[in-house]
Amino acid sequence: MVETAFFVVLAVVSVVTAILVIVQRNPVASAIFLIINFFCLAGVYLMLNAQFIAIIQILVYAGAIMVLFLFVIMLLNLEREKKVIAKHKLSKFFGVVLGVVLLGQIGMIFHSVLLEGSKGNFPPEKVAALGNTEVVAKLLFTEFLLPFEITSVLLLVAIIGAVVLAKRQA
Amino acid sequence: MVSLSSYLILSAILFSVGVVGFILRRNAIILFMSVELMLNAANLALVAFSRFLNSMDGQIFVFFVMTVAAAESAVGLAIIMAVFRTKETINVDEINLMKW
Repeated sequence: MVETAFFVVLAVVSVVTAILVIVQRNPVASAIFLIINFFCLAGVYLMLNAQFIAIIQILVYAGAIMVLFLFVIMLLNLEREKKVIAKHKLSKFFGVVLGVVLLGQIGMIFHSVLLEGSKGNFPPEKVAALGNTEVVAKLLFTEFLLPFEITSVLLLVAIIGAVVLAKRQA
Repeated sequence: MVSLSSYLILSAILFSVGVVGFILRRNAIILFMSVELMLNAANLALVAFSRFLNSMDGQIFVFFVMTVAAAESAVGLAIIMAVFRTKETINVDEINLMKW
């Protein structure tokens, strides 16, 4: 009962803040609402027994990525961009219609989903006994070692790319 | 106990909000925020499936998605800065040099 109430609160707050992100005129306000949204999702991850992902969500998304966003908003002079929603009424209308149709489609698929896949090796009790972060770390450094290393190369490429792009052209 | 479909419906709603935001807004930074919303919705679905299938693979996947999202936003925001420096705007309707 408590769990359901908790989920409803988190779900409602996250949907409301998501809508506020896309209707706010001021980008800074959008960024703040997006941070609240990320915190709500971290709460949902905690309910799903994914403690490591929840902490990473707060550290990486709400911390690092959103600070980057706020810095860029601060560096750009966006007074002229305040008029934001699409000019054409028609595209606005079609955008909302497309969103509703898409929601219907995904909702229908998700509503009829049958969990038929074979169950994995990590029931909640076992993960709780071993510790969530330990299990994730063990998998990352054994079974998923190659993707993990490729990720580090990807981050290096992103660093170089960002520096090259942000450098003032002579 | 909250069922799997409740989590998936929440994920679907967040994804659709992201899509609508991407179509309606013309500010490149807000477009980026909409993309982040969609990525988060996909992450939520992955974690929910991982929990209800007793598997950790979904959580590992989310870890990688977050890394890619961090790299993507760093490069994307650098591109926005470069565009703003030359065009003095980040309205995507006015950035149409490669349109035709």
